[in-house]
Amino acid sequence: MSATALPPAGLPASAGETKSTYLNWSYSVKDWLLTIDHKRIAVLYLISISIMFLLGGFAAMAIRVELTSPHGQLMTSEVYNKMFTMHGVLMVFFFLVPSIPATLGNFVIPLMIGAKDLAFPRLNLLSWYLYTIGGLMALAAMIMGGVDTGWTFYTPYSSVYSNTNVSLTLVGIFIAGFSSIATGINFIVTVHKMRAPGMTWFRLPLFIWAMYSTSVVIILGTPVVAITLALVVVERLLHLGIFNPALGGDPILFQHMFWFYSHPAVYIMILPSMGIISEIIACFSRKRVFGYSFIAFSSLAIGVFGFLVWGHHMFVTGQSMYTSMVFSALSFIVAVPSAIKVFNWTATMYKGQVWFTAPMIYALGFIGLFTVGGLTGLYLASLAMDVHLNMTYFVVAHFHFVMVGGATLGYLGGLHFWWPKITGRMYPEGWAKLAAAISFVGFNLTFLPQFIVGYLGMPRRYHYYPAEYQIWHVLSSAGASVLAIGYGIPVIYFLWSLKYGPKAGDNPWGAVGLEWMTSSPPPMENFHEIPVVTWEAYDYDSMTESEAQADRESMPGAGAAVRQEAARDAEEGHPETGHPAGD
Amino acid sequence: MDHNASDLAHQPGETHQTHHITQPIVYYVVYALLVIFMLLTVGASYVNMGSLNNLVAMTIATIKAVLVVLFFMQVKMGTRLTWVWAAIGFIWLIFLFGTLGDYVTRNWISVTGW
Amino acid sequence: MSVEVAEEHGHHHDPALQHQFQDMDQQNESYVVGMWTFLVTEIMFFGALFLAYTVYRRENPAVFLEVHHHLDVFKGAVNTMVLLTSSLTMAMAVYHAQMKNRQKQMIYIGITILFAFTFLIIKGFEWEKKFHDHHVPGPHFEYVRGEGEAPIVKAPPTPVVSMRMSNGQNVNFPKDTIEPDFSNKAQLFFSLYFCMTGLHAFHVIIGIGVMGTLFFMLMFKHPNVDYYMPVELAGLYWHFVDIVWIFLFPLFYLIPGS
Repeated sequence: MSATALPPAGLPASAGETKSTYLNWSYSVKDWLLTIDHKRIAVLYLISISIMFLLGGFAAMAIRVELTSPHGQLMTSEVYNKMFTMHGVLMVFFFLVPSIPATLGNFVIPLMIGAKDLAFPRLNLLSWYLYTIGGLMALAAMIMGGVDTGWTFYTPYSSVYSNTNVSLTLVGIFIAGFSSIATGINFIVTVHKMRAPGMTWFRLPLFIWAMYSTSVVIILGTPVVAITLALVVVERLLHLGIFNPALGGDPILFQHMFWFYSHPAVYIMILPSMGIISEIIACFSRKRVFGYSFIAFSSLAIGVFGFLVWGHHMFVTGQSMYTSMVFSALSFIVAVPSAIKVFNWTATMYKGQVWFTAPMIYALGFIGLFTVGGLTGLYLASLAMDVHLNMTYFVVAHFHFVMVGGATLGYLGGLHFWWPKITGRMYPEGWAKLAAAISFVGFNLTFLPQFIVGYLGMPRRYHYYPAEYQIWHVLSSAGASVLAIGYGIPVIYFLWSLKYGPKAGDNPWGAVGLEWMTSSPPPMENFHEIPVVTWEAYDYDSMTESEAQADRESMPGAGAAVRQEAARDAEEGHPETGHPAGD
Repeated sequence: MDHNASDLAHQPGETHQTHHITQPIVYYVVYALLVIFMLLTVGASYVNMGSLNNLVAMTIATIKAVLVVLFFMQVKMGTRLTWVWAAIGFIWLIFLFGTLGDYVTRNWISVTGW
Repeated sequence: MSVEVAEEHGHHHDPALQHQFQDMDQQNESYVVGMWTFLVTEIMFFGALFLAYTVYRRENPAVFLEVHHHLDVFKGAVNTMVLLTSSLTMAMAVYHAQMKNRQKQMIYIGITILFAFTFLIIKGFEWEKKFHDHHVPGPHFEYVRGEGEAPIVKAPPTPVVSMRMSNGQNVNFPKDTIEPDFSNKAQLFFSLYFCMTGLHAFHVIIGIGVMGTLFFMLMFKHPNVDYYMPVELAGLYWHFVDIVWIFLFPLFYLIPGS
């Protein structure tokens, strides 16, 4: 079989390194751009996604600066429309949807289940190229004059009347959608078929359950938005009338088809993050997750119920009232599985030995902010309230609480948690804690005022507003500046750590999980021998008292010596015990 | 490590495909059925059955699709996982068709104040 | 590394075994499940178009009924037969792949490709006629109702919103006055027709490409096709293409009514 970028067996590490890892077996560009190693692909994605996040963030800064004054000092209305569209398109389709699955999911899933790679490594590489091509097309559209329809592309404005680069953007999103689908297919087959011997479904880490559920949602939802956006392009180019009321089309049909994906899409964004939180909370409470099956099944429930609530985006569009009532009721129900998770995470921490590392701070921030975001969602699910709150800043604040306070915080927590595994280096813990605190403060200062100004009536997507709203906008923009600093600091220290960070051991956190039983960074084939799993997930209970103490009091990395010993015992010759604590 | 991972590759609870090779006669019979149903559906469209016509046409089409899925695509002889995925696709289509609920209920009794 | 471990334990690994898999059973099942997962995305992809069709047919039943008479039922029926038969020949190709008979695989795949081309040619004739009749949606679209066709009675506009004001009065807000005419609704039918049959034809073309590639790989005895899985996966794809047409045919060509 053609193996595009596998090293020949027995290749020694490059000079100066002590062992061969996935990072150092070759430094050539070809072996990076044609890699089929899931770990390298994850790193490639990390770079692309970070660039998109940065660009989407610039658009956000432009919006926030513009909104500090009620009369639009910096840009015309047309340019403002393009700014919020750019922010939405880049953040939703090119950052939030792929971020955790394509970076952390790609890297960690095979390691967590004890596999050598994903089921379809070449499909994985293709998905990165599709993402990059789609992203470049969307960026080209931005550079060539932008799009002003909003990331929701409502018809007939997007399909008939807008004079901006709609088609190019939509084709870029379409292609990125296939990248997402490829990732979803890969993860589903991998989780079903590639688990290590003994790794039953209920021994899987909860991150895997979350990623599996996410992948199912991706598979079932993305094609619908793909064809919907393709129809808009066809309508624009060929002047058909599928969504144009003047030609017999129904713009509400567009919204039904669009939101059929775009609501489950928000669950694609949040489920992986919730999976990460389960991992972090278990590790830094030194306790197995309370209510494992509840959290596992709630991931599936969110995935399924998430498909039944899309109409709550359409309460005021002319949709039938009875349909709206049904969607409202279902939207209340879909909050329940998420709440179940929050209760279980809290119960996990109760009587645990909580260790306040940076990942844990992000996880705790997630629980607080996601709860606020979720509860405000219930206001919006309530049909009567939504009539007043829809299309105001209340909605904007709600979804930023769940998307930024939830999904992005989980992403950052996961990046910090697995950074030593991915790069073999520790980031500076002090700076990380500071950055987490700064971004928490900045986040709240940015988005809490938006609840208030939305409630007071400030519409979204407007940059002219009555003077009495200005104070809230100024507070929000100030918060955005603080938040930007909070995001900027990790960029600096992560890059710094690549060269100057202390080398991390195999298991600097003393965590339980197959990914911590291999070296940091892992070798090309992940495991020198496929482990046989005989223990339950999150088996922290069997850790001895002294081990737990040593891990708590030492700097990250020092307690690793104990665990490395145990891990090596498990690897080398005790398949029956195979127990992380080695006894 | 003495365990050969491949011995244990068959996870508990999952049966592997017993590599059953379907005999051609099965395909020929299914093909004949498909042709018969096709002629039936063309004929039925010329008979006026009122609102039943649509139901008949879609039922016949569904039967044909099921025949193709079970036999030509060998889902009947495959693993349960394959069967589950085939079913999920069509079930989700039903969720999507929930959109019709909006259109059907739009002209129901209007309520003052909305 | 993984290869060495397997060999140490005395297994001959099949040359088709990819490095990430432990054994052929795992690999085969993975490929089939993966293909089905992809087909599920295709179901949802086409399914959304079927939804659009259903919504518009429900809203404009008389228009769809009248306009669909311009489609050629005979050609549609022949095309259905062509695709059903091609599904049979593809299934036979998969059978011979499993029996490792290279010649017969090539014959059946070749026949399937011929049927696929036949389908496209007949469709090409249909589309050409549409082009001549000015039924292709777009700037040149023109729908002329035949003589003797009964006029479609339009329902009078009904108030959409009836609101009760604070002084107790009911106010009615009339429906938007832009009413698409018959020609526009006919264009809607043809828009859906071309989008759906066009997307289907695109999938047929891709199918031809895939099968053609397999045909040449078999002809040149490429090692990848010593293994039956590529043909089986192509077969799954082709059967799916057939299923889409099984639904398209009655929906567009056989709309019931006098």
